[in-house]
Amino acid sequence: MATAVENIPSQFEVLDQPLESEMTLSMGPQHPSTHGVLRLDLKLDGELVVNVVPDIGYLHTGMEKLFEYKKYQQGIVITDRMDYLNPLGNNLAYVMAAEKLLDLEIPERAQVIRVLMCELQRIASHMVWLGTHALDLGAMSMIFFCFRQREKILNLIESASGGRMTPSYFRIGGLMMDLPAGFDNRCRQFLDDFPEALETFDTLVTGNTIWMSRTKGIGVIDKEEAINWGLTGPSLRGSGVNVDIRRTNPYSGYETYDFEVPVENDGDVWARFMVRMRELRESHKIIRQALERLKPGPIKADSPKIVLPDRDDMRKHMDSLIHHFLIVAEGFNVPEGEVYHAIEASKGELGVYMKSNGGPKPERVHFRGPSFVNLAALPVMSEGEMVADVVAIIGSLDIVLGEIDR
Amino acid sequence: MTEKLHGYVEQIKEKNSDWVVSVVEGHGEVTVTVPLSAIVDVCSFLKDNHDFDMLADLCGCDRGPEEDPRFEVNYHLFSTVHYQRLRLKVLLTEDEPNVSTVSMLWQTANWHERETYDLVGIKFDGHPDLRRILLPSDFDGHALRKDYPLRGYEPYSMN
Amino acid sequence: MGLENTLFESLPDVVTVNLDAVVNWARKSSLWPATFGLACCAIEMMNSAASSRNDLSRFGAETFRASPRQADVMIVSGRVSRKMAPVLRRVYDQMPEPKWVISMGACATSGGVFDNYAIVQGVDKIVPVDIYIPGCPPRPEMLVHAILMLQDKIMKESVKDRRDTFEAESRQSIAPGTLPVTEATALEREMHAEVDAGTATRPYSVPSKHERRRSS
Repeated sequence: MATAVENIPSQFEVLDQPLESEMTLSMGPQHPSTHGVLRLDLKLDGELVVNVVPDIGYLHTGMEKLFEYKKYQQGIVITDRMDYLNPLGNNLAYVMAAEKLLDLEIPERAQVIRVLMCELQRIASHMVWLGTHALDLGAMSMIFFCFRQREKILNLIESASGGRMTPSYFRIGGLMMDLPAGFDNRCRQFLDDFPEALETFDTLVTGNTIWMSRTKGIGVIDKEEAINWGLTGPSLRGSGVNVDIRRTNPYSGYETYDFEVPVENDGDVWARFMVRMRELRESHKIIRQALERLKPGPIKADSPKIVLPDRDDMRKHMDSLIHHFLIVAEGFNVPEGEVYHAIEASKGELGVYMKSNGGPKPERVHFRGPSFVNLAALPVMSEGEMVADVVAIIGSLDIVLGEIDR
Repeated sequence: MTEKLHGYVEQIKEKNSDWVVSVVEGHGEVTVTVPLSAIVDVCSFLKDNHDFDMLADLCGCDRGPEEDPRFEVNYHLFSTVHYQRLRLKVLLTEDEPNVSTVSMLWQTANWHERETYDLVGIKFDGHPDLRRILLPSDFDGHALRKDYPLRGYEPYSMN
Repeated sequence: MGLENTLFESLPDVVTVNLDAVVNWARKSSLWPATFGLACCAIEMMNSAASSRNDLSRFGAETFRASPRQADVMIVSGRVSRKMAPVLRRVYDQMPEPKWVISMGACATSGGVFDNYAIVQGVDKIVPVDIYIPGCPPRPEMLVHAILMLQDKIMKESVKDRRDTFEAESRQSIAPGTLPVTEATALEREMHAEVDAGTATRPYSVPSKHERRRSS
């Protein structure tokens, strides 16, 4: 055995008593359970985790630098690819930050449709979360049910905007296009079928003793630590803090809708799971209210230098044509200033810091991704847990690497 | 809408008038520019006495190589008690882009500061683990600086 | 793998053509993908694998193997950043022959929307690609179509074309993610000699310029 040890290259160290020392395991970037390209350095004492060090950056796309080279309306397309399970939420945050800088007033129909689409997107995002979380923990049939519901939502979004996962439906000043004919009926059809699907989920997963024993008491983080680590969204509400941006700093008319904010107190994986399951029902309520509220009206703000005119208008009137050309070719100048706008995305507080220096391109756009901040709290949550529980905790944090790495 | 925020600014000025260099209000938000040496004091004052218990965002910005001071760091504070948001700003020159860390006050600043160091090149004194987080660890330069080209310096090659 | 090759080398063409059909049919009917989902395209890939509407397993791609050692085709779905590129190459190297690569989406094909410092402008700068799928993200039906196109391509191959890299070469690669990038491996040198001399028999003996392992 001595001769075998001699030829080992210098990067590797030889442990004399391997069972006595800690093992470092790299749960590498290509892994089925890490929800993307995330690398975890696990320091293990047998099966127990002593420390977890996440290593991110495997999907870094340089989006923040790209924004500085593109006009404001060109940046909307890039925001789709950030948190790719919630593209309409990214669009909304970016567009609303730009509208804040421009002091635009958005017509009511556009606001109602924005709320409607964002809540549909929230349900779609939670479907992926639920499917993959269950798949990681072994309940492999959930992913089929969840993706079935998600297909219906993606069909609705595709009928409105043309893209399933990268819709870019919102524009600075309103929407890209109005909802198509028949959207109303199809959406109501989806809403009528959804509670049955929720019951199926409850039967399969929520009441299951194996599920409960795998998720209760795992990955606990208490209230003060959660706030200190900057957790937001369902991860924060699972620890007992009643903060939802839709209630605390409402935007786009959310203060006029009637919905509850689910809060659980335990701070473990089960609590975060229950918060999201209850959020699905609340989103369902909000979509119904939004559908009732839809009234005919304009969908773009009344600002010809910023918002593209209707195609018919453009073909018939000279000034619309000139405005169309200038907006597309040169962009519009945004007054100097800086703004931070936060929305409640499906993962937490998605904040956009936008700074303008008076030109058609922003000077700095920074996205505060909720998954980036939530992942930083992973070591705190998984100390003392077993390796298989790390997978459960990552699933409950609902991370998307596109948002973390930008 | 911003009266409460101005109230907090007044409290900061009362505590120590050196702490506030300038106050800018725009679009419903208040930005307080704080001198470099006082940032930790201001943050701990706001956190302990006025319930700003969450640091929502910490981001660095490069204004451009011709500007002086070249860099700035923005701290976005949020309170889970009274739901107000306040922005603190710190200006840094190109020769000395160092500022003290706030990660002892809010643990979430740890990764934000690493990201700012990685992309803009601002060093945070006292940070427990300041290394690159998004770019590869052997990357040369700081990508979000205005003088770093968009397409980088050389295309990717397996050599 | 080596046994089939040496056996087939010694048999006359008329026998190998029929054996080719059987072997290729077997290979194309059970293409098991390796999970290499990187970004948004990965979700559409999951849609085509896990959704019963677009279902890959009816075409033989029954299971997505997490371990590359058990996989046949690597579907690179999503943008490849510079930090991830060596990992991609390493996973590709770990797959045993015969292996194919499908580059799914605009970002994997050519860098997509992101023409900047962080993204490799096309995964064919790192691994040889068989099928490119455009789209951002491509619809799941496009991925199904790509698998069918790959199956057609496999039917036209010959068993003699596929060989593991020579052992000495693979042992030299201690640094992760890299085989030594040479002008051409011994196999390809033979193929180039054949093409130059005009004795190449099948079109797929001639590698496309993307398949040579060169730097970008």
